[in-house]
Parts: sequence; structure tokens; C-alpha cells
Amino acid sequence: MNDLRELYQEIILDHGKNPRNFGKPEHFTAEADGYNPLCGDKVHVYVTLKDGVVTDVHFEGRGCAISMASASLMTEVLTGKTEQEAYDLFEKFHELVTHETDFQGDEDIDRLVVLSGVRQYPSRVKCATLAWHTLNNAIEGEAETAKTE
Amino acid sequence: MASAALQQAAPTLDVARVRADFPILGTEVHGKPLVFLDSAASAQKPQAVIDAVRHCYEAEYANIHRGVYYLSETATRHYEDTREKVRAFINAKNTREIVFVRGATEAINLVAQSWGGANLSAGDEILITELEHHSNIVPWQMIAERTGAVVRAVPTDEAGEFLFDAFEKALTTRTKIVAVTHASNAVGTVVPVKDVVAAAHARGIPVLVDGCQGIVHRGVDVQDLDCDFYVFSGHKLYGPTGIGVLYGKRALLEAMPPYQGGGDMIETVTLEKTTFAALPHKFEAGTPNIAGTVGLGAAIDYVGALGHDAIAAHEADLLGYALERLRGLNDIRLIGTARDRASIVSFLTDGVHPHDVGTILDQEGIAVRVGHHCAQPLMDHFDIAGTVRASFAIYNTRAEVDALIDGLDAVRKLFA
Repeated sequence: MNDLRELYQEIILDHGKNPRNFGKPEHFTAEADGYNPLCGDKVHVYVTLKDGVVTDVHFEGRGCAISMASASLMTEVLTGKTEQEAYDLFEKFHELVTHETDFQGDEDIDRLVVLSGVRQYPSRVKCATLAWHTLNNAIEGEAETAKTE
Repeated sequence: MASAALQQAAPTLDVARVRADFPILGTEVHGKPLVFLDSAASAQKPQAVIDAVRHCYEAEYANIHRGVYYLSETATRHYEDTREKVRAFINAKNTREIVFVRGATEAINLVAQSWGGANLSAGDEILITELEHHSNIVPWQMIAERTGAVVRAVPTDEAGEFLFDAFEKALTTRTKIVAVTHASNAVGTVVPVKDVVAAAHARGIPVLVDGCQGIVHRGVDVQDLDCDFYVFSGHKLYGPTGIGVLYGKRALLEAMPPYQGGGDMIETVTLEKTTFAALPHKFEAGTPNIAGTVGLGAAIDYVGALGHDAIAAHEADLLGYALERLRGLNDIRLIGTARDRASIVSFLTDGVHPHDVGTILDQEGIAVRVGHHCAQPLMDHFDIAGTVRASFAIYNTRAEVDALIDGLDAVRKLFA
């Protein structure tokens, strides 16, 4: 049960039950679909980018407590970041949920460290990373569109 | 087997003895005794099967057919003896109708590609149901894509029932084959395949039955069912992985072109022209899963000795008990409530996602399957992403059902 408490910390249960920034916003500049074929969960991420800065992230979807909490925390942590910072954080987050890491002093990672418990559950890592991959696709899609114009 | 006659009168399973036959059931998971409730995905193996595979490799292994020495002849005999065991197990007319394949998936692909490739053309219809496992959907979609045929699915209802009227209505003059599961792996619904076959045959349409979840729970008599193809996997029947069976009526198999080419499936080969071997070897290209086949034979012996009636009675008891206990919980919603069902229960827990339930139960040593169970169209029908599924086999007990209920209590506490 202690191992489970490690995985399902209060903050995860809270964000899982009451996800922040949930729903389709009125305005956004990029969006993408995410799908986890393992469990059939779906997530849709909406991003607003302004002058290379993420000014808003929202999401919709259905999923387990881990995936909903991860998406919810992601929307909070990424708001206000530059595209590059967002990408770096995505990389760090991936490291955090798959390997023993030491990102001491990184405020954003400190907020996400509650999700590091999935390391012990290989089948659940994708639950934690689904929204992040989706957001990454949304931003890259936006960048590509911008290039062609 | 001295007690076999007595058991006929009131078939019972000596579950303690059965459990002792399965070494893995003595192990612990996360410090808790293993409660294995995922046999519908793959069953555990009795010592007899493990020993048979081991003995094959240790003492009686060589490549089969054409060997003129002792070991090859012995391995060939065991391989072909298993074919006869399978024939008897499903009461096929002839061993030539028993083709060894990797599993039910390969069997369906074989029929779809070989029979479908020769018999389907643009506008023809392949009739399946919403209850199917992906393995009885995707192979048909692939051959439909190639031939211009169309895959149609008989809808189900909110209980997950097989709707016979809807099925009959879906049979058209363009329907060329019916492919239907014997029992739904996701929600347990048992399909009245004998009636399905009769209705299809009345219109001259052949029927393939996906027997993966049927043969493990009930006796199967392919002549009585009169189905044209019956397929199943060995690993769900307490046998090894990588071995399965395609039963096909001889006339149909004779008329079908080979699925794969290679060694063992030929009569004569020149660089210009090949003539193919007789059934069943025409469909068994290459060196087969020899040890796996021997293991399947041991599994059939094991299940046969327990007796279908005793197995069915035991599993029906567990199913009834599980349903009774789950219905007593007001935060559980059963998915699939068909009248006739295999010992499979699918459900959702209020406010807790199946994957979270699965992880928490795992910490209690309880193995259940969570997700879409390779039946996404059926999940779409219920408008859900997936379920928690517990399936009960010969070695499960009422105490394990109780453990599951206690585990759900742990889920509730954590998410309270």
C-alpha cells in the first residue's frame, strides 16, 4: 500500500479528479490528438503560442488518474514558457518518469516529481507521457505550418 | 481415472488438486499470493504440459517427417499423435482436417487469405459481429481491401447479447462467409454458433467460428456444430504459446490454395513447377512448432481427464458467485450482461479508471486485464475506452473472487 501511495500521491488524485485547464478554450493557435493504443485513452491538447511563448495550454480527454494528472500539471507548468523551454522540459520530464534523475533546484521539475513514481510501473509510463507527446506534436505542427507560410 | 464414472453423475472438480498441478500458482507477487484472473488472455500451464515440452527437448527431439532415424520417427509420431488427439477432442471426422498453426490469429489469417483470396470478389460481404476480437476483424478487413469485398458487422445491444434476428437480417445474397466468435473475450457473451451455422447454411454460406474462448469452457463437437472452420489457440487451453489449430471441412481445405510456401508442404518441386502435398501438410510449410504441439497434446489430455462437464460446472459456479458479489457493490457497473456467458466478467469502477484499478489490484497480487481487450469496436459500442476484466479458469476459487472484491475495496479507499 505504501508503494501505491508513492504512485498515487494526493496531488495526483486531486489533479486526476479535478483536472486544471480542462476543456476547449475559445482561442488557440495549435492543437493535436494523442492516443494510447494500449488502453484506448484519448487526449486532445490546445496550445496558444504568441511570439514563441506558450501563453495557454488546455486539454480534453479521458484517461486514468496518472494521465489526467500529468496533463493537468503540464498545462500549469508550461504556461509562460518559451517553445525551447517547453521542449527542454518535455525532455527532462521524460527522463524523470523513466530513469533515476537528479534535477535538483529545477522548480518546474519539482512540481512534476510527484509523477516520478511511474518509473516503478513500466506499463504506466505512457500514461504519464501521453499529454506531453501530444503537446509536443501540437507545437511542432504549428512550427511547420509557420515555416510554409 | 477410477473415479471417472462417479464424476459423471455429479461432475465436480477437485480444485485443490488442480491447483497443485500448476507450479506458478504457488508463487507470490508483491509479497502476496498470486491470484491469477487473466486466463482469458492466456492460461497458466500444468506440470504435465511443462514436463511434456521438457521431455520432448530432453529426450525425443528431432525434426519431423522424412527422418529415417529413431529420434525423428519418435518426434514425428508424437506430432501426428497430437493431431489425432485434437481430432478426437473436437470430434472432427478426419485428422486431415486438423491443421497446426501458430494460434487462432494465424488460423483466421490463413482462411481469410487462402479461402477469401480464392472466393471473394468486389461487392461480396463478409459478415462478422460487434463482439469480435481484433483477430477476427483485421484479417477480414485485409482481404476485403485486396478483393473489394466489404466487412459488415452484426450489431449487439446494451447487454452485449448476440442478436439472432439482427444476424439473420444481415445475411444477404452477397454474404459469402460468416466469421463469428464462440464467446466474447471481452464480455463473455456466448454465441449460439450451432444456430448461426444452420441459418447461414440454409443460405449456402460457410461459417468460421473463433473458438478461443469457447473450447476452454465447454466441449466442442465440430460435426454437431456443423461449422466449416473452427480455430483456437493452445495457450488459452493450458498449452504452450505458439501453437494453435485450424479445423476445416475437408472439401473446403482441399479446394483452398496453400497459405505459405516452403518445405514440408510440397509433393514434388522442380524449378519450374511445384505440386503440393496432401492435407493437412499443404498448410504446414516449414518446420512446425514440434515441442509446442507435443505440449498441446499434453494439455488436451489434461483437460480431457478433468472432463468438460466438471470444468463447466466449476466455472459456472465461480461466474455466478463473482456476479453476485460484484452486483452487491454499488460503485461497480457490469459491462456485458448477456444471459449465456463464459466465465468472464467485465466491469467499471465509479470514478476510477481501469488502468488505475489494475495497478492497485496488482499490488495485492491480483492479476486482471484492463483496457480494450483487443475488442475496440465493442468498447466503442459501449462508449467506453476499456474495462477491468476478470476471467475464471479451472484453478480459480471462490476465495479468489473474495480477494478480488477485497482488492476493489483497496481501490475505493485509495481513491476516496
